[in-house]
Amino acid sequence: MTKEQNKRKKHVFGMVIDLDKCTGCGSCMVACMSENNVPFREDESDKKRSITWMRVYKLTNGKSFPDTEICYLPRPCMHCGGHGDHGHSPCVSVCPVNATRYGYDTGIVSQIYTRCFGCRYCMAACPYHARYFNWWDPKWPGEMEKYLSPNVSPRMRGVVEKCSFCYQRYQAARDKALYEGRDEIEENEYQTACTEACPAGAITFGDLNNPDHMVYKMVQPDPHHTRKPLNPKAFRLLERLETNPKVYYISEREWVRKAGDNYIKGEWEKLNKNHGKSDE
Amino acid sequence: MKVDRRSFLGLGLGAVAGVTVSPLPWKLIDDVSIWTQNWPWTPVPPDGEVTYDNTVCTLCPGHCGISVRKINGRPVKIEGRKGYPINDGGVCLHGLSSLQYLYDPARVKQPLMKKGKVWEKISWKDAITLVTGKLAELRKKQSPDRLACITDTDKGTISGLFERFLKAFGSNNFYTISSMDKTWEKTFKMMHHSGSSPGFDLKNSDFILSFGCGFIEGWGSPVHNFKINSAWKENKAKFVQIEPRLSHTAAKADMWIPVKPGTDADLALGMCCEIISKDLYDTSYISGFTKGFNDFSNMVKKNYTPEKVSKTTGVPASKIKELALKFAKAKTPVAIAGKGRGYKAGSMKEFTAVHALNCLAGNINKKGGVWTMPFMEYGNWPAINMDSVASAGVSKPVIGESGSVAALFEKINASKKSPVDLLFVYQSNPCFTMHDVKAVEKAVEKIPFIVSFSSVMDETAEKADIILPSHMFLERYEDVPGAFGLVEEVTGLCVPVAGPVFNTKNPGDSILMIAKALKGSVASSFPWENYHACLEKITGDIWDKLSGDGYLRKDANLPYLRPDADFSFAAQNTESVKMEGSEGSFPLILVPVDNMRLFSGVFASSPFAVKTVSDTIIKKRDILVELNPVTAKKIGLSHGDYAMIATPKGTAKVKVHIFEGIMPGVVGMDEGLGHTAENIFIKDKGVNVNELVGPVIDTGSGLDAAWGIRAKLSKV
Repeated sequence: MTKEQNKRKKHVFGMVIDLDKCTGCGSCMVACMSENNVPFREDESDKKRSITWMRVYKLTNGKSFPDTEICYLPRPCMHCGGHGDHGHSPCVSVCPVNATRYGYDTGIVSQIYTRCFGCRYCMAACPYHARYFNWWDPKWPGEMEKYLSPNVSPRMRGVVEKCSFCYQRYQAARDKALYEGRDEIEENEYQTACTEACPAGAITFGDLNNPDHMVYKMVQPDPHHTRKPLNPKAFRLLERLETNPKVYYISEREWVRKAGDNYIKGEWEKLNKNHGKSDE
Repeated sequence: MKVDRRSFLGLGLGAVAGVTVSPLPWKLIDDVSIWTQNWPWTPVPPDGEVTYDNTVCTLCPGHCGISVRKINGRPVKIEGRKGYPINDGGVCLHGLSSLQYLYDPARVKQPLMKKGKVWEKISWKDAITLVTGKLAELRKKQSPDRLACITDTDKGTISGLFERFLKAFGSNNFYTISSMDKTWEKTFKMMHHSGSSPGFDLKNSDFILSFGCGFIEGWGSPVHNFKINSAWKENKAKFVQIEPRLSHTAAKADMWIPVKPGTDADLALGMCCEIISKDLYDTSYISGFTKGFNDFSNMVKKNYTPEKVSKTTGVPASKIKELALKFAKAKTPVAIAGKGRGYKAGSMKEFTAVHALNCLAGNINKKGGVWTMPFMEYGNWPAINMDSVASAGVSKPVIGESGSVAALFEKINASKKSPVDLLFVYQSNPCFTMHDVKAVEKAVEKIPFIVSFSSVMDETAEKADIILPSHMFLERYEDVPGAFGLVEEVTGLCVPVAGPVFNTKNPGDSILMIAKALKGSVASSFPWENYHACLEKITGDIWDKLSGDGYLRKDANLPYLRPDADFSFAAQNTESVKMEGSEGSFPLILVPVDNMRLFSGVFASSPFAVKTVSDTIIKKRDILVELNPVTAKKIGLSHGDYAMIATPKGTAKVKVHIFEGIMPGVVGMDEGLGHTAENIFIKDKGVNVNELVGPVIDTGSGLDAAWGIRAKLSKV
């Protein structure tokens, strides 16, 4: 990094997903697959083998008919800042070959396919199952290879892949800004494919470090406490692991917010009084 | 030099330390991993200039505007078109997968002719000659009415050309697949005016009562609905879903009212009764604009008191009253009908009962209400030249009383020799999408000669004798009239943004070629040089706007019709659509389930779409059916068990998915699976629910309005 770049305010790109708006339609999953040249196979019903950078989970409140409720939860890579938000993401800290790095200027956790030699430590370390391994070389039947995008390298057998917050779109936006002689990119210039495609407008993407950005306004990240959400309706997955994810969820429903972590009996009620902060 | 133990260890440790500290091993590992990953078969997509082209997606009746990202003219990604009146940037997963449909290995790559059981390649010229030969024979025999045509819609100029061809040829047998649009049109014909259809101003509505509509599972214009659903969350509008199963729509609703399957009409009439008895209806509208209200009022008061309805529907009387009160008290309430995606017709009793609620609320032709929209009309089709053969042909009635595809197939199956000698199939796949697939297949096999215009080898194309493959929508021009149920009229224009990848043609051009080859009056009815010229002429004064902006939007000065309503049909209290089978031998009820991620229309789901489907719906090649734990326990089934499902129409092996959100006694089964046509990503996965459900003709409309069937599950 040059000195000049260092002077610029660093970005912390993050995502907010409104679970009350999400309809579980699956557009985000396919938008991601088609943007990022994600391969597919004949049988994709074994979900441990199925590569879905963005995956929509279905949560239920566990009650019986007719009190059952359902909520859909899209899960991209959380782009964890790690303990203390210092960039020691669970996956980054275990990679022996620097194939996955924490971008200190963007907050994005990268994945460099040709560096990856397939040890899968990162997959074991990721608490969100956001990483996938290519057990086979991907195949595009017939002439389907013709629709592959040059902006994302197709992967090969033996490497791990995951959501990159559509980093290629960041690069394109940055290039455009540089070309036009601007230092900064606008909020709408860099949006992930899933955000743009979501027909329900449930996904919002932007810079968590920029108070003007929608994501900042929605969750009010607390800069003194590793960007924990100050909005009581917002939460992060497995917050107490201190992985400090950059993906936030919003829901009016209490059982949905509770589903974001594991609690022993009675613990949630105690924590919930204090909006997710412990009593101490 | 003497190597003692001390120097040996020293050297050894030094070597280890040196190697560890030096970057060499790490560099080597890195190099090896890079080297082992640079295989010649890993594709390197060529880079180039980025451009965007706009067109309209016609995979489903939603008709969203899409934007195609291209690299050096090569399409690489589909995105939603920002600012398009229907979807404004949003796009569904099927539209997003369009490029997989473009390059689908299952596409018909050139004209094919069946010799015995094998497909043989044939040139376009020979194919057209062959088809015209068959057609000329029919005219020679003075029986042009033995030609029939099935398409998905009668809107737009391509379907218009097919319809026109049949008329000029001398046949009335032009059929479109029945969907909820038809039931709504018939409802509006009964209650308002003929030639009108509803426009639901749902965005401005504050209370929406949905009778089983899969509002966010593909009903109407899906992406438009997703946007409205999000707007409701912000405006605090209330959405109530009435359905026996916790669907996606029910899950997102503010209130879910589980109702016994098939009793929606009763519930609606029960609410009407409560609204009328409590004088909660809009008196000025009812007295000023309606007919037959007294009969209707007496009928519901007699037969549909909330207490009576409570017994049929399983909804407590207090709940029915509460719902009626909320509906009547809302500022802009709307009630909607059409089960699931609405790809099948519904019962007239149900639709008129639901629309009676709208009329009682007086919310007709008002902001946030239901608008009576006249059929969109444009296009200056010149008169058809009819010779004596054609005139004689069209004087004969349409085959099958109600003029529906189901009635046609029933007629064919009932006759010894098929009354149809030649069938055109365009943009429809009746051998997959219609109830009682086996009977449909039987009828199709009885037809001596079938011409398919399909762009993929689907179940019906496989049964054809000749295929004149069409461009898929990304490769062709086509005008796309607005989606069903919208308050604004949007006409879109499909333009070629790719290919053609294979040796295919615009179906409009195919039909023009056939017409010209027939010569005489038929040829002279088609004076256009090619489809593009025809499109330009027919769209006339709107062509410039269409081709310039890609769409034409009309909302401000629509010629809405008068809001008069007639309750006489609803007052007749016709029979409900009963399900097939007896409770004794089939204790459960099977209901088809529409799922946004599985396409259940003309096309099979794309590989991407199949990938998004949960493993609680499809596991390897098995389909899972939803079952309430109470029902499962009674039969002795647990999650993941194999079971046989039997209905009066057939049996199938399924797996069980225990789901708390489905009413006890009901079995839910997803639509869109069980394809048999060649396609490695979807073929032989699961069971086609249409094989298990048979048609039930609704007395009110004459259309097949089956919504389910009695069933039995047993352990295997």
